[in-house]
Amino acid sequence: MDSIISIRNLTKRYGVVPALRGLNLDVARGEFLALCGPNGSGKTTLIRILAALARPTGGTVQIGGWTLPAEAAYVRAHLGVVSHLPLVYDTLTAEENLLLFARLYNLPHDQRRERVEAVLRRVGLWRRAGDVVRTYSRGMVQRLAIARAILHDPAVLLLDEPYTGLDQDAAALLDALLGEVGAGGRTIVMTTHNLPRAHRLADRIAVLSQGRIVFDTPCSQVESGDLPALYADVTGSARAR
Amino acid sequence: MSAGPRKLRPLMPTWRAVLAIAWKDVRAELRGRELVSAMLLFTLITVLVFSLALELDANARRDAAAGVLWVTVAFAGILGLGRSLSAEYDRGSLDALLLAPIARSALFFGKLVGNLLFVLITALLLLVLLSVLFNLALVQPLLVLVVLLGCIGFTTSGTLIASMSVHARAREALLPVLLLPVALPVLIAAVRASGAIINDLPSDDWLPWLELLAAADVLFLAAAVALFDYVVEE
Repeated sequence: MDSIISIRNLTKRYGVVPALRGLNLDVARGEFLALCGPNGSGKTTLIRILAALARPTGGTVQIGGWTLPAEAAYVRAHLGVVSHLPLVYDTLTAEENLLLFARLYNLPHDQRRERVEAVLRRVGLWRRAGDVVRTYSRGMVQRLAIARAILHDPAVLLLDEPYTGLDQDAAALLDALLGEVGAGGRTIVMTTHNLPRAHRLADRIAVLSQGRIVFDTPCSQVESGDLPALYADVTGSARAR
Repeated sequence: MSAGPRKLRPLMPTWRAVLAIAWKDVRAELRGRELVSAMLLFTLITVLVFSLALELDANARRDAAAGVLWVTVAFAGILGLGRSLSAEYDRGSLDALLLAPIARSALFFGKLVGNLLFVLITALLLLVLLSVLFNLALVQPLLVLVVLLGCIGFTTSGTLIASMSVHARAREALLPVLLLPVALPVLIAAVRASGAIINDLPSDDWLPWLELLAAADVLFLAAAVALFDYVVEE
């Protein structure tokens, strides 16, 4: 497998509390991996380590051939991250936000405005580009967060429960956006509690429980309807949706 | 990396990242007016309280002015520094900056430049206000130099400590408790230098304090650059 993400024996402790316990995972270039698991299973910790926001306690993490945390700045240049927090400034307009990040990601000066317009059009926010973000709905803010994440054309997208707080229409729009973004050959790792959505969008589904991968299979080899029972078996939890 | 592994995109030069982050803070402040307005209002109220509570004659006002100046700058600064970092943390925008492929020192200096600008604006307006209320000639180059050096030291230590305390639940209480002891050398040197200059004492009385202020600034800046990586990473 041509792995763009390679994780070996990854451990993370917060004080004496273990969050990840010897986790091994490979993600192929262009693959869409859905990470599921109960609250506290280590999903967000894993995403934060991959995003170079947290240091691993032990083990090795490589993204695109670069090792974390030593080569974090190079890894970050090729990562896009969307979380349940907006990661944008609500006192700036959408255009000002994206121009700021275009500068921080060192996009060529003469291409910044063009690129900002292109991604804002792609997420359907160009007509509101000049409005301050605090006037946006939750769904619009999340679309802007995706625009910020894909602004620098990253090879890897990390999504940490991006559907939190979205209504059905906004979630459907995000589904379509992610399908479009993933079709461009990007590698996507998304944490979610929604098993049917994970099955529908992803190429592969993995379940984390107590800091370990306890289930990992291509979505083509499992029926969506069987997932809740499988999930309950491997996590020892009550039957999931 | 989209074309293959280990393809390098040049990282942004540190000084441009510093300017981008500082400009973002100024722009957000011009639109939201959350920090400076709160600091200025606090400053105005504090100086009025001091002015009304201490019924001082001309000599006593001259002696008290330096203390009033720096106590007010310190508490107004704490108000601004706390809000500056907690707003970034609460909205997740601190993570957005930490995700950018820039040196952590650029992020620190970007926040520092913005914070310093807001504290300096407050301190300089405070000088004018005190000049009027205490009937003293406080707007003079030497005193402005002391204000500049004092604000650099105070804001540098404050930005670092606010970055540490921003994760804590009781961050509003934690920031002054942690910051004031650390910033004490800066505040004492600033009060002594300012007092000597306001009282027209010879340079032997204020120059050593000015030198101490400059040394403390360099020390705090070096410590902040060395420690900021560890402060912001989990």
